[in-house]
Amino acid sequence: MTRDVLRDGALHAARRFGQIVFVVLGIAVVNFFLLRLAPGDAAEVLAGEAGAATPEFMAALRQQFGLDQPVHVQFAKYIGNILTLNLGYSFRQGMPVSWLILDRLPATMLLMGASIGFASILGSALGFLAARHAGRLTDTVVSVVALLFYATPVFWIGVVLIVVFSVWLDWLPVGGMATIEAGYTGIAYAVDVARHLVLPALTLGLFYLAIYTRLMRASMLQVYGEDFIRTAVAKGVSPRNVAARHVLRNALLPVVTMLGMQIGSILGGAILVETVFSWPGLGRLAFESLFQRDLNLLLGILLSSSVLVVLVNIAVDLAYRLLDPRVEIG
Amino acid sequence: MATIAIARQEGGRRRARLAQRIRANTSAITGGVILLLVLAGALAAPVLYPGDPLDMVAAPFIWPGTDRAHVLGTDMLGRDIAAGILHGARVSLVIGLVATLVSIVIGVTLGALSGFYGGRVDAVLMRITELVQTIPPFLFALAIVAILQPSIPSIVVAIGLTAWPSLARLVRAEVLKIRHRDFVQASISLGVPHWRIIVLDILPNTLAPVIVSASILVASAILTESSLAFLGLGDPNVASWGGMVGAGREVLRTDWYVATLPGLAIVAAVLGLNLLGDGLNDILDPQR
Repeated sequence: MTRDVLRDGALHAARRFGQIVFVVLGIAVVNFFLLRLAPGDAAEVLAGEAGAATPEFMAALRQQFGLDQPVHVQFAKYIGNILTLNLGYSFRQGMPVSWLILDRLPATMLLMGASIGFASILGSALGFLAARHAGRLTDTVVSVVALLFYATPVFWIGVVLIVVFSVWLDWLPVGGMATIEAGYTGIAYAVDVARHLVLPALTLGLFYLAIYTRLMRASMLQVYGEDFIRTAVAKGVSPRNVAARHVLRNALLPVVTMLGMQIGSILGGAILVETVFSWPGLGRLAFESLFQRDLNLLLGILLSSSVLVVLVNIAVDLAYRLLDPRVEIG
Repeated sequence: MATIAIARQEGGRRRARLAQRIRANTSAITGGVILLLVLAGALAAPVLYPGDPLDMVAAPFIWPGTDRAHVLGTDMLGRDIAAGILHGARVSLVIGLVATLVSIVIGVTLGALSGFYGGRVDAVLMRITELVQTIPPFLFALAIVAILQPSIPSIVVAIGLTAWPSLARLVRAEVLKIRHRDFVQASISLGVPHWRIIVLDILPNTLAPVIVSASILVASAILTESSLAFLGLGDPNVASWGGMVGAGREVLRTDWYVATLPGLAIVAAVLGLNLLGDGLNDILDPQR
């Protein structure tokens, strides 16, 4: 029994590892061709197109990437570099690309975690409420609000929240992640970061709040139509208990699936939110690289965020298994 | 007791279904009307505001409602905001429609081939689809536009190339449903060329879900386009909603209307398309 579980686990891990390698290779191919599309040769692009690198460095780069050699050799070298986790060097930032990415990752994870937590919990609650009162006023109000947030661009929500809460009311900071000049430590620092986090997390979360609300509502209504709910009702289980114990549990599954599917889009939203609020994460780094035409850094971010998407999906699969023991992951 | 509970539950479901039908028609009509208004604005732009909306036409920072000649006021460079919004509607609608068309061509082709041939073709095409789905779409579009340089064609290509996977999966699933029906099998045994079967027999049957997704795709293309423009990756030669919001951020503290007004236009266009898509989905899919 235990051995079976272990073997399954090992097989599963091997499959997943294969998936990650496939994704990395696939995106490396995409990146390689994107770089070749850029004006100028790859060494200029890699050096940041700004003459920030010395001629010796450019020559070294050309040799490293074999730009004097045929395309297939260049391609092999590029793939080799990526498989050894060498994403190159950012001359604009004066640091290896992989360092920069690892340096900015925690801020983005914090922002995304806070937004997803807020959106999924409140969204599920609102969807639950709407489904319980389907066709009544509560449902209509919740659905209309969800629809509005679903249609509102993330960056615009950010701008409006800044106007209201930072400029007019002066309750929360306009941007950044901490008040650096205050030199807070310990709990005071945590509170300070939390205050900076509120608006960006709300901004990023509202769009997904709308999605989870709509999804939860539809999913609840669907579960209400199943036979086992009829049985529970016939047994005399109170409506409140049917809703909370039987329907809610089963309706949560699609919400979890959605989380996994949405992670790439949330990362995209993070670029906008981090730009609006000067939040020092990966998205802000992507914007800086764009602004400085540091294309190699941009493509490095593209690659690592895709890997992040795969990793999150693996985690979601595991969570799914815990929520619903019937699910076999093969 | 229990019978009453079941009866009550049935009543609730019937009420929910009725509400659903009313809601479907209301949202399709509301969405359609909003969309027609946006379209009318786009068509009226050159008549109401001839000339380049990027030109300075008045003093800067005229607040909305203070000057009859400039209903929505002017921005920090003295450009008319209403002119920018109406001309921006043209750009957003054109980019949204053409990019969606690109996605439909890619998605329907790959989905149809995958579903029709199955086997190795399916395995390879679905692997590619999964790969593209793994790359965060906005970041991907951003990289493509950054490398090709911002222009309307490059934005269309970027959005079109990143938005097709969901459509490919949808079409594949629909084709799988139809592929083993008698009329398709009959055509195959008659020796009708495969492309004819796909185009004439199968694809017309997938039209309803494709139309529904198309309206949602146009909405998300408009969102993507405005987000790109907000980050400074819009075509520099045309007025665009996202670009106006982005530029207005600099004067947010004092003249917040510059950044916020164009956003309302984005909300209207996207809301209209989403409502239309939702409504059509419920109307065309009678099981729900």
